[in-house]
Amino acid sequence: MKPGSTSAASFALLRRDLLLVWRRRGDALNPLLFAIIVVALFPFALGPEAAVLSRIAAGTIFVAVLLAMLLSLDALFRSDLEDGSLEQLVVSPHPLALLLGCKILVHWMTTALPLIVIAPLLAQLLQLPDKTLPVLLTALALATPLLSLIGAVCVALTVGMRRSGMLLTLLVLPLIVPALIFGAGACNAAQNGFAYSAPLLWLAAWLVLALILAPLAAAAALKISLT
Amino acid sequence: MNPLVLWFHKLGSPPYFYRFAGKWLPWLYALALICGAVGLYGALFTAPADYQQGDSFRIMYVHVPCAWMGLFAYLFMAANGFVGLVWRIKLSETLAMASAPVGAAFTFITLVTGSLWGKPTWGTWWTWDARLTSELVLLFLYFGVIGLYHAIEDRRQAARAAAFLALIGIVNLPIVHYSVIWWNTLHQAQTVSLVGPSKITPSMLWPLLTLAFATHVYFFASVLARSRVALLELESGKDWVRALLPATETPHD
Repeated sequence: MKPGSTSAASFALLRRDLLLVWRRRGDALNPLLFAIIVVALFPFALGPEAAVLSRIAAGTIFVAVLLAMLLSLDALFRSDLEDGSLEQLVVSPHPLALLLGCKILVHWMTTALPLIVIAPLLAQLLQLPDKTLPVLLTALALATPLLSLIGAVCVALTVGMRRSGMLLTLLVLPLIVPALIFGAGACNAAQNGFAYSAPLLWLAAWLVLALILAPLAAAAALKISLT
Repeated sequence: MNPLVLWFHKLGSPPYFYRFAGKWLPWLYALALICGAVGLYGALFTAPADYQQGDSFRIMYVHVPCAWMGLFAYLFMAANGFVGLVWRIKLSETLAMASAPVGAAFTFITLVTGSLWGKPTWGTWWTWDARLTSELVLLFLYFGVIGLYHAIEDRRQAARAAAFLALIGIVNLPIVHYSVIWWNTLHQAQTVSLVGPSKITPSMLWPLLTLAFATHVYFFASVLARSRVALLELESGKDWVRALLPATETPHD
């Protein structure tokens, strides 16, 4: 890899962001704790009957995972904005969409991937039937990158605002509703013995579309916010 | 230059637009009021009661035009936002942001009247039907655009960011429109269509179309009025505003 090339810049950015997360790995555990706490609250509220819990398990886990990811989303560009490196990314000769794509990838790897890893634990807490678990994991694997991608566009629009938390939630949630409907819908269909491939394929199609368009949109939004 | 294109270019200038909108506003309001009154008279008195729903179907005359306007206002906002983002036309940004609260209000009225209509006919105030849900998402999108616009200090940057969000949210529009076809649940499919015959009798149809026309005219009047105020705020340091404001203030003294 030639120093100064676009691929070298992307790898440097990936390495730096991953290193930053590793240095503050305690913070990276917050979304996991949040998801576990949210899921653990439901049996307290609804009572411990396995039949009730297993019926709502997939949807609850989906909502908990999406909320946990949302929690970490508004920090996506914050430290970069504070130390000025975000502006350096914007003025660098490399395509901004690609660099932002790297940052989104790091966000997904450090928040969504651990959440998917603990999803079987969450499923056990809520008595999700074993045959539904693979569908749940597949749906999460398709829906969480969507949230990272769409969320990054919204974060780029709100970057630089002091209290953006509530506003960010308002922007992201309507856009992420289809992913939730189809993701949780696939799990419910599988649990009831229906065909579940159609919603998963829809999710995959959206993911492909978002993979291409969202980094470009995030770059355009960031340029609007930083002018 | 073609006179129409010339007029269009002139309209992009805030002082020209301000005078133009001021001239049209009273006429638009009057037209909306008259059409609305005629349409409501037709809806409440001349249209026959539905054979199945009785008089409760008459809420359709508020519900359906408002639902159309909720979608139309979003389209108008997104189109203006697109023009504002691409060609950096200040007026388009202003128009886009002026239509957001009006569209949100229409969407809100749609949800409320739909809920009132749902109680006697469906037996429930609210159901998680696809059309209702996507309409609710539309309302949240409006709130997001309005919230983002008011959260950013610089007015023009705020308008650009909010317009960008409106463009992203446009993916919801086909979902709202086709939801009754894709998911065949409680909400009925459309009976009025632009192309081909409508599945509604003419005596029930004309008040609906009159009211739809009235809401469109009201929408434009409201957007023009809002844009006028927004332009005064945006351009408050400019000469034309200074020249204008003392003149409008003297009658009150």
